[in-house]
Amino acid sequence: MSVAQPAKPLSAKPLPAKRRMTRKQHRLILIAAAGAVLFFAAGLVLFAMRDSIVFFYGPTEIVQKGVAPGTRMRLGGLVETGSVQRGPDQRVSFGVTDGTSSVTVSYKGLLPDLFREGQGVVTEGVFEGAGRFRADSVLAKHDENYMPREVADALKKQGHWEPGGAYAPPAAKP
Amino acid sequence: MIAEIGHYALALALGVSVIQALVPFWGVVRQDRALASVGSSAALTSFGLVALSFLALVASYVRSDFSVANVVANSHSTQPLIFKFTSVWGNHEGSMLLWVLILTLFGALVALSRNSLPPRLRAGALAVQGLVAVAFLAFVLFTSNPFQRLSPAPAEGQDLNPILQDLGLAIHPPLLYIGYVGFSITYAFAVAALIDGRIDAMWARAVRPWTLLAWIFLTLGIAMGSYWAYYELGWGGWWFWDPVENASFMPWLAGTALIHSTVVMEKRDSLKVWTILLAILTFSLSLLGTFIVRSGVLTSVHSFASDPARGVFILLILVFFVGGSLTLFAWRAPLLRQGGLFAPISRESALVVNNVFLATACATVFVGTLYPLVLELLTGAKISVGAPFYNATFVPVMVPLLLILPIGQSLAWKRGDLLGAAQRNAAAFGLALLAALALIAFTQGGPVLAPLGIGLGLFLVLSAVFDLGERIVTRASGWRAVLSRAKGLPRSAWGTAFAHAGVGLSIIGIAAAAWSSEAIAVLKPGERLTSGRYTVVLESVTPRTGPNFRAEVARFQLFFGGRELESIEASKRIYTARGMPTTEAGIRTHGLSQAYVSLGEAQDGGVAVRLYDKPLILLIWIGALVMALGGGLSLTDRRFRLAAPRRAAPVAAQAQPAE
Repeated sequence: MSVAQPAKPLSAKPLPAKRRMTRKQHRLILIAAAGAVLFFAAGLVLFAMRDSIVFFYGPTEIVQKGVAPGTRMRLGGLVETGSVQRGPDQRVSFGVTDGTSSVTVSYKGLLPDLFREGQGVVTEGVFEGAGRFRADSVLAKHDENYMPREVADALKKQGHWEPGGAYAPPAAKP
Repeated sequence: MIAEIGHYALALALGVSVIQALVPFWGVVRQDRALASVGSSAALTSFGLVALSFLALVASYVRSDFSVANVVANSHSTQPLIFKFTSVWGNHEGSMLLWVLILTLFGALVALSRNSLPPRLRAGALAVQGLVAVAFLAFVLFTSNPFQRLSPAPAEGQDLNPILQDLGLAIHPPLLYIGYVGFSITYAFAVAALIDGRIDAMWARAVRPWTLLAWIFLTLGIAMGSYWAYYELGWGGWWFWDPVENASFMPWLAGTALIHSTVVMEKRDSLKVWTILLAILTFSLSLLGTFIVRSGVLTSVHSFASDPARGVFILLILVFFVGGSLTLFAWRAPLLRQGGLFAPISRESALVVNNVFLATACATVFVGTLYPLVLELLTGAKISVGAPFYNATFVPVMVPLLLILPIGQSLAWKRGDLLGAAQRNAAAFGLALLAALALIAFTQGGPVLAPLGIGLGLFLVLSAVFDLGERIVTRASGWRAVLSRAKGLPRSAWGTAFAHAGVGLSIIGIAAAAWSSEAIAVLKPGERLTSGRYTVVLESVTPRTGPNFRAEVARFQLFFGGRELESIEASKRIYTARGMPTTEAGIRTHGLSQAYVSLGEAQDGGVAVRLYDKPLILLIWIGALVMALGGGLSLTDRRFRLAAPRRAAPVAAQAQPAE
């Protein structure tokens, strides 16, 4: 088969002047085309950065940074013990705290398996102002020992992080 | 004793890998053939030792040896045997050992491969491969030793994370790692070629099977991971644009570009410098992925408890191999002989366009994945980049690529005929457009982008089928002639058609997700819930006991438009050792669609039930399988099988003057 054989390298012969022009032009076209695609993509990225990125805040940060009501964001912290209240239609509300402040989250839907009072949680939704948050997703985690890093940081900021304490993985059982 | 043997074998493997990394280099420099060929035996020995070490860990797990800390943390005596076995890589230490096992396996395969590698290239590649092995063996030995003993030994283990107690764990990580690590070979060949300062079509032919092999496994690994997440997590999602998923997707995109650019290099002796760079970048992205997954620097819904100190070690490995190879590239690449020119309208130009788009798409994923990290380092602000970002960046870059793919596929090498190529695809395009318009009319008021997506997918499938048809069916020829033409068609042509059709099938499945629907309700026995085309009626909830879990199993009758299908079971399990609940979704495949039921908590005397209608969802994974099949067909192409005997003589002759 002719295709299977490696093509003869064109550059083996010295190139005539006309071909050299072509090489330069060729490279220019290539760079221009690649540049255009990259430029297009960079534009898309910058545009998307403005619109489709959500910030993460802990309950105290919401107050400190003066997050405006209506802002889409992620909220993380510990689920306040005794705060989970279930309503009709899979409505549920719970408090999320970092030990200093807390925010009441309302959510409609099924909670993930590892959602528990006293454990870390990350939710995404809209801050409604006055300590209220409407979540449209409660993020699942895959490991009961895993504390979302943002939650750990938010707790650390408020001085409530105890390494090796209640939130650390349980020690080996004898 | 077994654990100590494993540990000792691993330490020996480190020593052998140091030899593998240094001696062949020295041999190449001193032009000493005997020294240069040490690499092969070192690679085989190193693989044997790591395999022994891996078997020792497997034995510790299978025998439930709770004096080994790693076994205690991730196994339990009541686990079924298969999960005791898969627990080996269901944790950080064991999975890194699997990583190294596959790395050394590839080294051994290169050492054994009979194809006509120039000896200098083989020696160089094995040395680079040895260097990678040194780094990761040191990482395992010094930061993640799976053979650590625990004293006193506990009587019982802590069980494997229940989410991982699934057949998915048996399949997904090995496939993914073979893909990830397989690109180390291409990297090793690229670095060896840079050191050697010579590169030609022969290099591309030697590297292409390895690249294809890695790509096939990465494709399967990603698809398997996606399907596993879909059925195991119980919320019906199959791709989350999560950093850990992106970590495997970026090497896939770069690897896809690489298998296309090596074709150009092989056939036209062109694009050399770019291909070398791409080979380096692809494995660099694999290393980056390993870093992201293992260090936990990026928050991911997939994150498991992780140790930042290990992250620093992997970061050092990453900086060394990426920085080193790129420095070498900057220094040596200008010395490589320029490749041939090609016409702007030709197969090779189309493949360049493919590479530009794939590289750009990969860059958008890269930015989306790492931007949160950079922003946090610079400003301390924490952000998350999710599906909306990728929909606005990745998708617009991929759509033009896929639209022009069929045209590139039917352009000829050297000098193509754009108009002819467009005409050849006109029928496929027309049919696909018609189907899309019909769908829009049929699903009035529904999502508009979904029918267009399905149209795009159909276009890819049809054009691949028509392209094949055109090559094997000619006028005035019987079926016998068609058959013999089909046999005569190079396997790589079949491979191309299958891989491209696979992309189309996946896109149809992804686009159809726009019509999926979800319904949630608390059901008592006898009550019903409808979502999309499916209705379930809760029959009963019964407790059941498994080997290491208790379950509440809900049984549902399933109806599709009044017709009863086979009933469906979903359950909620509590794994007794950890007291951790998991959701086992009930899935009924119905044609290419699926009805998907998962359970929430029990409440008000009933149980919360979530029902999804997932139309055509199977196509997503079938598409990936077809892609991998295409890769497999290409891999069996004549030119890879026959290359060895035909080329062995001239290479030996070439090698003589080098001495």
